[in-house]
Amino acid sequence: MSILINEKTRVLVQGITGRDGSFHARTMKADGTKIVGGVTPGKGGQDVEGMPVYNSVTEALDHTPVDATVIFVPAPFAAGAIKEAADAGIQLIICITEGVPVVDMLSMYHYVKRKGVKLIGPNCPGLISPGKSKIGIMPARIHKQGNIGVISRSGTLTYEVVYNLTSSGMGQSTCVGIGGDPIIGSSFIDMLALFQADTETSGVVVIGEIGGEDEEAAAAFIKTKMDKPVVSFISGRSAPPGKRMGHAGAIISGGKGTPQAKIKAFQDAGVPVADRPDEIPELMKDRLRA
Amino acid sequence: MNIHEYQGKELFRQYGIPVMEQSVVTRAEEAGPAAEKLGGKVVVKAQVLVGGRGKAGGVKLAANGAEAVEKARSILGMKIKGITVEKVMITPASVIDREYYLGLTVERTSKSVILMASKAGGVDIEDLAVNRPDEILKLPINVADGIDSGKLHGLVSTVFDSEPLVKQAEETIRKLYKLFVEKDCSLVEINPYALVSRDKLVALDAKVNFDDNALYRHKDIEAMRNPEEYSADEIAAREASLSFVSMDGDIGCIVNGAGLAMATMDIIKLFGGNPANFLDVGGSSNPEKVLNALRIILSNKKVKAILINIFGGITRCDDIARGILMARDQIEINVPMVIRLIGTNEEEGRRMLREAGLAAEERLTDAVKKVVSYR
Repeated sequence: MSILINEKTRVLVQGITGRDGSFHARTMKADGTKIVGGVTPGKGGQDVEGMPVYNSVTEALDHTPVDATVIFVPAPFAAGAIKEAADAGIQLIICITEGVPVVDMLSMYHYVKRKGVKLIGPNCPGLISPGKSKIGIMPARIHKQGNIGVISRSGTLTYEVVYNLTSSGMGQSTCVGIGGDPIIGSSFIDMLALFQADTETSGVVVIGEIGGEDEEAAAAFIKTKMDKPVVSFISGRSAPPGKRMGHAGAIISGGKGTPQAKIKAFQDAGVPVADRPDEIPELMKDRLRA
Repeated sequence: MNIHEYQGKELFRQYGIPVMEQSVVTRAEEAGPAAEKLGGKVVVKAQVLVGGRGKAGGVKLAANGAEAVEKARSILGMKIKGITVEKVMITPASVIDREYYLGLTVERTSKSVILMASKAGGVDIEDLAVNRPDEILKLPINVADGIDSGKLHGLVSTVFDSEPLVKQAEETIRKLYKLFVEKDCSLVEINPYALVSRDKLVALDAKVNFDDNALYRHKDIEAMRNPEEYSADEIAAREASLSFVSMDGDIGCIVNGAGLAMATMDIIKLFGGNPANFLDVGGSSNPEKVLNALRIILSNKKVKAILINIFGGITRCDDIARGILMARDQIEINVPMVIRLIGTNEEEGRRMLREAGLAAEERLTDAVKKVVSYR
């Protein structure tokens, strides 16, 4: 199984001729993802190493079925690209782009929700079902096919956690980076529900950080709706209040979003919180044995 | 990004939100003529980008021009929460009948802009939110739909007593919301939103914060940027396209990715160390960035050791190694440096470092233990 994507998922790349888009389209293809083509307005008819380029998402759909699209267009055009994909009827949109204005996402969030479309990101590394499909920018070779689900608001910190899981022999069903922005398409809860229902996933790692109240909501969900073991990690324990720590969402303001509140919420829900990423595999093994 | 009260009020004026006349001066003697022009009886307010100005003695009444000069002299140069006051705003002193509160911010849970309004204005709103949360009324506004007129009227009628006040407040809220969305704000606050001359509601303060991600489409707002909001290192880092926050410790950090950078600082603390900064070199593989990062970190004389933690994804380890070697040739690195390098092209990166006599760790915990031992 795995969640959201598998070996059959047909993927479109919006912004395929750009520096990041072309590099990652090639890498994803090399990693085994079924890339059916890409979109760059005005460059239809060209190709990127055999992957056809179309002028629009609709034009792409005239030539090939698409299950998911991944967006690499620059921040000022990202919301427009999401809208184009949703209007064309694509059911899963992954937006990698960093720096999308919050106001753009405030309207786009509700727009895609009303169409019943799933949006992951923006400002995220994407997702991978190891051995099956990768829609994102993570290095595939640190992953290993297996039964642990991973959900994270970060990019490289996810790699750190996955590296520790893989080194301890624990493979992953799917790893999802939901994004580091204040307004993102999918929350921890959306992903936890999918992992709970996935027969291949036996335990889930949640990697949270300071800012917002998504971790608290996740803890409440785990307590009432999940019977699979969950282990967590929270970054930003040493961050000063009020300062933006790289991620636009990582800011403690008005007494909300503190690491203490998040750690307590997880502990109250029976979810162990690791002090360091390299403690996660042991904590998970303990919980799986219990 | 934050702006000063006087800048916020200029924006309010552009949007037709009622504010008092104002004048901004940087030298005390200029306060006299400014006060006389505004009618003599004025308030002199420190313009700094931190809260608690009143409590710190940064807001004073003056009865005439001479007194305004005296008060301005006492406020200019004073320190409020460590920040030196360089500007004061002079504005007519008003007789306040009642103080309300109005605010707009982004609410992550409901993915909306949330309107907050209260009869209990003039006080510290964060305290009010904790101690008397029922006194702040809230209305989520879905940006895809705009303001719901019926709901707005319902909320405003509960907070304001008479029909003329309700009408003024509704108008102000609509204008504030327009400002919020058009200028990509993350917070707009009027506290107090005051009733003066018995029948007029005026914004007596203005707090406006902006979404940094949207500044590219607001050159007018970008031009309001106040360099004193940032430390010298933070400004240098922004010019070098690095995400940087100063801290008070002595271990300099260079990490790729914000989440991993925060986690690296946390683990340094866990092992008894103290990070000197947060620094995310970002996802690109430009060796120049590593050089700039090292230059900025070494300009902080408190730094006793440096930890470079790279998990290569888009970032390639060989590019990072190239940047480290470039830095070693161009600047004097006089503190011990611990390098942890893993991920894309790690073999090549490690080989380059090894040939130059530098070791690289593989595991994060080992690297942190080592850097902490150097203090």
